[in-house]
Amino acid sequence: MKLRGDNALFRRSELLGLLAFATLILVMLPAALDIFRLNLVGKYLTYAFVTIGLVVCWGYAGILSLGQGIFFGLGGYCMAMFLKLEASSVENTKIQSTPGIPDFMDWNQLTALPWFWKPFENLGVTLAAVVLVPTLFAFIIGAAMFKRRVGGVYFAIITQAVALILTILIVGQQGYTGGINGITDLRTLKGWDIRSDGAKLTLYYIECGLLLAAIVATQLVTRSKLGRILVAMRDKEDRVRFSGYSVSSFKIFAFCFAAALAALGGAMFTLQVGFMSPSFVGIVPSIEMVIYTAVGGRSSILGSVCGALLVNFAKTRLSESFPELWLFGLGALFVVVVLSFPEGLAGVYRSSAPRLARSFVAKLRALWRTPMTRSLDHELAE
Amino acid sequence: MLGDYSLSDLGSIFVMQGFAGLILFSVFLLMALGLAIIFGQMGVINMAHGEFMILGAYMTYLTSKLFETYLPALFPGYFFVAMIVAFLAAALLGAMVEWALISRLYKRPLDTMLATWGLSLILQQLYRSIFGAREVGVELPPWMLGSWQITSTIEVPINGMFVMALTAVITAGVALLIYKSRLGRQVRAVVQNRVMAGAVGIDTQKVDRATFALGCGIAGIAGSAFTMVGSTGPTAGQLYIVDSFLVVVFGGAQSLIGTIASAFTISQSRSTLEFFTSGSMAQVATLIGVVVILMLRPQGLFATKVRR
Repeated sequence: MKLRGDNALFRRSELLGLLAFATLILVMLPAALDIFRLNLVGKYLTYAFVTIGLVVCWGYAGILSLGQGIFFGLGGYCMAMFLKLEASSVENTKIQSTPGIPDFMDWNQLTALPWFWKPFENLGVTLAAVVLVPTLFAFIIGAAMFKRRVGGVYFAIITQAVALILTILIVGQQGYTGGINGITDLRTLKGWDIRSDGAKLTLYYIECGLLLAAIVATQLVTRSKLGRILVAMRDKEDRVRFSGYSVSSFKIFAFCFAAALAALGGAMFTLQVGFMSPSFVGIVPSIEMVIYTAVGGRSSILGSVCGALLVNFAKTRLSESFPELWLFGLGALFVVVVLSFPEGLAGVYRSSAPRLARSFVAKLRALWRTPMTRSLDHELAE
Repeated sequence: MLGDYSLSDLGSIFVMQGFAGLILFSVFLLMALGLAIIFGQMGVINMAHGEFMILGAYMTYLTSKLFETYLPALFPGYFFVAMIVAFLAAALLGAMVEWALISRLYKRPLDTMLATWGLSLILQQLYRSIFGAREVGVELPPWMLGSWQITSTIEVPINGMFVMALTAVITAGVALLIYKSRLGRQVRAVVQNRVMAGAVGIDTQKVDRATFALGCGIAGIAGSAFTMVGSTGPTAGQLYIVDSFLVVVFGGAQSLIGTIASAFTISQSRSTLEFFTSGSMAQVATLIGVVVILMLRPQGLFATKVRR
């Protein structure tokens, strides 16, 4: 009996939530928003990939990574390198002293394409690299740390240090990476202009499809035995170890899974926004991604997606009209959520939704009953 | 690259670079001392630590302005008053933060990290609203300007020497406080076994608050010392936070000697490397080195055994 009860992939409420969310992003938002705003939503949704990964890594497995920007950035940079190479064809870069290489390399007196840029001339290799490079990097960090039973705050600090290292490297090695400006002026993907409105709409739908697939995949992980082991590991690591499970392997898996999702988000970010820069790699964006997850709910997939959408939406609106208030708001929001709502919006929803629904139903019943009882009363009176 | 310099020139460069490294060491050590107390002794990650330092720096700035306007005669000595003000302001804020935030989160160390990050955002914006987004510098008293000429090619700036001396005094003070005073004994008792410490009559809540306030106060003094060697901006605290955490973790969280040793190692290797490559690459190389060593030896250089 796989369909009923606890063994089903989705509980009924979760399935309803997912359907509502899919309707929202696939039908309602494209109908309601112009292409500029829709593109903005697409940008916010790229962070949803990261927050879903954090739900598995942080919410389920209890590993707080303050370096998801690393993987988001690596995925984004892999994509950007391909697009940049296509944009700097020999015809487009005739005026440079070395035609055929990206403009920032030419400005930094490079005369040939560096070796690590070469594989990104091929789309297939690039698409594989988008996921594989960050995942491999996460595997190396994870294997080195978890095999030695480094966890908790130490792991968080080390991931933060790695994020800092990567940012300094990207900014410092301007000739190879584009420096502080990042990789900009991306135009076409295999001749298809990604800056046109039609392309933006197509990319938005591709992203929504990927996101829904990612949600289902994550649901598979969390609802399986694997997900339960992750939770058990979070709550009583030693007991899981003594039961014969390799705790480090599960932790590495969770970390790599989160990294792969973040990388996917990063690649979609590059495609949607049209550039990639170190300001999406460093410490601050990495922590902001954790904030989205915390606000939405660290152990709820859909909750974390809503967190990413809502916080980003608020950020855009508030920093447009009250730039001073935004940081106060974000800081206070974070403090309040951590102190009083550790399960985020999803936790609030879970604890109050049944009560609200019940009172709503009760009110409906009352409304429905009142005229009937009245008429009954009348009839009786007559 | 080295061929252009004569042997004595190289010697001078080596000495000056060494002094630059020592000044960096003092700065690192001052930053890390407060953290070593809070993180090492209490196990609390305070991401707003940098903002407490900046508070100290701004307090110093305000004090210098006050002395300039109302007590110009005493201006040469304002710095000593400023340090006390910085300590008190940061410690007071620390005690308030401990009461409002940290004391509710002792069982959730990762969440403490996030909550204090939120706090750091609020403080940053507060500084920006009050003092403006631009960096402010402090007018140094005349006796701190200039430098000490040792030989014709070696000279050491006096403000750097002052920061070094200050660091030595504060480190000694912290060591005395932790290892010789009643409060220090209580703090160590609470770290080693919180429940037992409570059972023998130590008010663990009070000790926690005092420890946190002390750590923040020292951060305030560190910020005050910063104004001697650099300018202060609202977001300057963030630049130092990762470095200072690495110093503490690298040294072994519970060990004061470890913190000193790791601050020395990190600062010296960074300033030496800076001579050979660019500043950013020196920072990258040092950070990578620290991360790799931490992967090999997660407990840090000097670990003390603590029963959990």
